[in-house]
Amino acid sequence: MLNFVIKTGATTNSLIRYIGQLAILWSQTVVLALTPSFKGVRSLIQANRIGPGSFIISALVAFFVGMIIALQMAYQMIQLSAEIYIPQIISVALTRELAPVLTALIVAGRIGAGIAAEIGSMTVTEQVDALKAFAVNPVKYLVVPRFLGLVLMLPVLTMLSDIIGIWGGYVICVYKLHISHEMFWRMVFKALVMKDVLTGLVKTIFFGMIIAIVGCHQGLTVRGGAEGVGKATTTAVVRSFILIIMTDCMITFIFYFLLKV
Amino acid sequence: MIEIRNLYKTLEHQLVLNNLNLSVRRGETKAIIGRSGVGKSVLLKNIVGLMRPDRGSIKINGIEVTSLDEKVYNKLRMEIGMVFQGGALFDSMNVGENVAFVLNEFMNLDAKTVRDRVADALALVGLKDVEHMMPSQLSGGMKKRVSLARVLCMEPQIILYDEPTSEVDPITAAALIHLIIELRDKLKVTSLVVTHDMNLAYQVADSIAMFYRGQVIADGKPEDIKNSIHPVIRQFISGQAQGPITDDESLIFGHVK
Repeated sequence: MLNFVIKTGATTNSLIRYIGQLAILWSQTVVLALTPSFKGVRSLIQANRIGPGSFIISALVAFFVGMIIALQMAYQMIQLSAEIYIPQIISVALTRELAPVLTALIVAGRIGAGIAAEIGSMTVTEQVDALKAFAVNPVKYLVVPRFLGLVLMLPVLTMLSDIIGIWGGYVICVYKLHISHEMFWRMVFKALVMKDVLTGLVKTIFFGMIIAIVGCHQGLTVRGGAEGVGKATTTAVVRSFILIIMTDCMITFIFYFLLKV
Repeated sequence: MIEIRNLYKTLEHQLVLNNLNLSVRRGETKAIIGRSGVGKSVLLKNIVGLMRPDRGSIKINGIEVTSLDEKVYNKLRMEIGMVFQGGALFDSMNVGENVAFVLNEFMNLDAKTVRDRVADALALVGLKDVEHMMPSQLSGGMKKRVSLARVLCMEPQIILYDEPTSEVDPITAAALIHLIIELRDKLKVTSLVVTHDMNLAYQVADSIAMFYRGQVIADGKPEDIKNSIHPVIRQFISGQAQGPITDDESLIFGHVK
């Protein structure tokens, strides 16, 4: 019993410390992002690494998810003769929830892992120390461009996923459920309002911050050699996934119950 | 130039620096010798501010740095160049960009001036036409030379060398020793050379300090160290397996209890 209490206490303590470290890194990053000198080109390089490379994967996932929602909805809606409402469900579910979360999870797996590995190998080979020795702040040099690149690119990728996911639903609705082309788009735009798209995009800004801060934090705190870098990479992905889902739940709660949107 | 008094540093519950005292005069080259893990590199990291000591004093040019604000420290860091053990070259940049790093970050120079200064710094370390190469294409010795060229671009007053001849073949080591002597004579910089290569220490140093149990147990001219009768120093410089150092169990693991 005592062991259980000690273990729980130690886990809680390390969890609180971890959240605190993330909060400190986040605040340093935001302050340094707003402090001159600005080197926007570094953020654009990162955005270029994040965006085009992730587009095909996130588009593919969104397309198939759109098709899956249509098929799963059809399973129930046909019994109620309500398949006409499937385009509405697809568009709202994708823009408010599925496209932002799935895109974030894909980017966390692809880019978050890459960030942790890249910065982690810089840490173990003393390149981060070299930056400090040359009077360069590693947070400004390494974290800020990745943070801005992700905050910039994740909403763009999500918007594209929104569109491609709806097209996935279109394929099933039009070619399998025989809803007409005009009816499909009429129902989509009837259901979809700007706030649906915007609430989804607001979420992605938070998700982008999470992926960048968790990945960079893991990279900067690597201990050991190649094994440490490997562990940091896996940990970055797992923790980003958990934090993205938790944050999604919190933001959805705030939007739904507090802001009524 | 560098004045260290009563310095203590603990790492992961191990006391690494234990009431350490050391002085380096302006223009002097001091070698720090001792077994791996006795805190030689930790001392360099404390001087350049990569680590902060638990207590004690480090004065550089008369400025107390242990409590210095990071912004002020950064100004001082521009006068201190550190050559890291593995070179610590930036993987994502080629040799030219690595050497030009400080120039590009802090000085508003035109491209031709930067190119010329990079070529000059590389020439000083005996390298030519390697600007386009990536760090992964360089040998261990070349990495150390490029790392030194990157430091020379800053025109520092103090250069800290962390094991400059480790992991290189004897011929490259001899070339690096020759290079450090040349730079010492040409640029008159103050240097602190951490090493356990006695050949390097004897050839480059004006004075040698021996680290043992987190303290300096001897500090003198190379010939004084060479002729010392202190059993710890004798064992270390002659590379004997048996003696007071290896009798100390705690040092086998590289830390002082």
